[in-house]
Amino acid sequence: MIKKFLYSQKVAPYVFVLPFILVFLVFWVFPLGSSFSMSFQKTQLGQEADWVGLANYGKLMGDGIFLKAVTNSAIYMVLTLLILIPFPMLFAVLINNKFMWGREFFKSSFFFPALTSVVVAGTIFRLMFGEMEGSLINSILGWFGIDPVKFLKGQVTGFIALVALATWRWTGVNMLYFLSGLKNIPGEYYEAASIDGASAFQKFTKITMPLLKPTTIYVLTISIYAGLAMFIESMMLWNGNNSPKNIGLTIVGYLYRQGIEKNNLGYAAAVGIVLLAITMIINLTQLKLSGMFKKED
Amino acid sequence: MRRETLVKIILLILFSILCFLILVPFYAVTIASFKPGEDLIRYGLNLKFDLSVMSLDNFAYLFTGDHSYFMWFFNSLLLTVVQVTLTLLVSATVAYGFAAYDFIGKNFLFICVLLIMMVPFEILLLPLYSLTYNLGLMNTYSAIVLPGIASAATIFFFRQYLRGVPKEMIAAGRVDGASEYGIYVRLILPVMKPSFAAMAILNGMNSWNNFLWPFMVLSDDRKYTLPIGLKTLLTPYGNNYDLLIVGSFFSIIPIFILFMAFQKYFIDGMTAGAVKG
Repeated sequence: MIKKFLYSQKVAPYVFVLPFILVFLVFWVFPLGSSFSMSFQKTQLGQEADWVGLANYGKLMGDGIFLKAVTNSAIYMVLTLLILIPFPMLFAVLINNKFMWGREFFKSSFFFPALTSVVVAGTIFRLMFGEMEGSLINSILGWFGIDPVKFLKGQVTGFIALVALATWRWTGVNMLYFLSGLKNIPGEYYEAASIDGASAFQKFTKITMPLLKPTTIYVLTISIYAGLAMFIESMMLWNGNNSPKNIGLTIVGYLYRQGIEKNNLGYAAAVGIVLLAITMIINLTQLKLSGMFKKED
Repeated sequence: MRRETLVKIILLILFSILCFLILVPFYAVTIASFKPGEDLIRYGLNLKFDLSVMSLDNFAYLFTGDHSYFMWFFNSLLLTVVQVTLTLLVSATVAYGFAAYDFIGKNFLFICVLLIMMVPFEILLLPLYSLTYNLGLMNTYSAIVLPGIASAATIFFFRQYLRGVPKEMIAAGRVDGASEYGIYVRLILPVMKPSFAAMAILNGMNSWNNFLWPFMVLSDDRKYTLPIGLKTLLTPYGNNYDLLIVGSFFSIIPIFILFMAFQKYFIDGMTAGAVKG
């Protein structure tokens, strides 16, 4: 009887999607809900919680270090967007050019950095941006007569190292996204434009850019998300969650510090909810501005 | 004609410079893996090719020394294989449910799949951490594997792929008297094989390089994965830098070999999300 029930065409689909429903409830809905309720509590791991209303959020607003973390994450996100969208797009168009020699070779070598883990890549960059005279970046500066820089001790220079790491790891991947977008643009468009006497620049702005829009929106969405949620890169560069004067502290870093290192779960949950709100607002605004909700095709 | 050659040369020079910049860190870590760790502390990571200080000592230490590197390596390998196998099987099953049937609540559930892809996993770290603690799953691999077992990106990819599979196959299976599950296992799974490669690579890469969540869950150093183990070597005193640098170098090699062999699948897997279907 039970077997017949489970094997019926009405019930089978639910059996197929059951694992997803379970994972969704246990590992997403429940944590998200408990995160939300925790953010109104003062609570520690394995202890009774006290309801404190909006106190955690009120405290966050006046927390200078949290503000510093938000600023850092926001600046990091903006810088990575400014670099990791236009340049990979340009490189994709150039490498797709019929005059390109060694296309496959360059495509693979650009992809190499994405194969490394953040731990390995972060270690390499930490050592490359070391403060000794002989470390890679300082020795290059030395050729130009510039004195060694203590990269990881300053705000601006620290961010140079962070953004360099992101650029190194993701340029190739974003380029591949744009290349797969370019593949979907019919060649006839360019032929027709050539017949009409369009210049290469006009073809880029009038055909390539508009038709790459879906890819650009995708890259933008994941980059906003990745930029705002960045943490391990900073943790590796500064070898821990404590950079001098918090120059490398990010929102997730602060969440980790409050929640795991200081066991203030309630306060840390409020940090998480604020991060969720910021990410959602930026991404929904971005998707709305780019007209993603208007036409669904 | 001359203009074309000029364009070719300019492009080649530009990309060679970019390629050089991208490969420099790999070169630096390769060179450093042949130098003593103290050199790294004293002079930093650099490009000096100095045979007088270079030796195979670090590699000898890596393969014969008294340390946990290969335990971490094996743990990572085991975890990656288990995680990829389970995630692919579960996600493919879920994707088949979405692709093959119309049922009440289907659209709502599929929106949930898309929603998961939009929520930063990082904000769930703390509640997941206390959930893991309360379930008594701290320091276990189950805590690492279970939350990702129905991977939204993987479900999405498989569902797109299954749209290309004719529904007549399923109908024919029913006519032949196969059960709903028999159809999936005997008819559909074999057809899905090609799509498994790209997703195996994508999930495998993520799993092999996964750091933050395993780092929070695992406390026993015999259970550490390779990224966690390497991270513990990065001490301020630098007493482990021999192993750190040669270990970092060695950890890249297996994934490089896989990449060279299955390049197409790597690229398919990575760009799967960007192609609208």
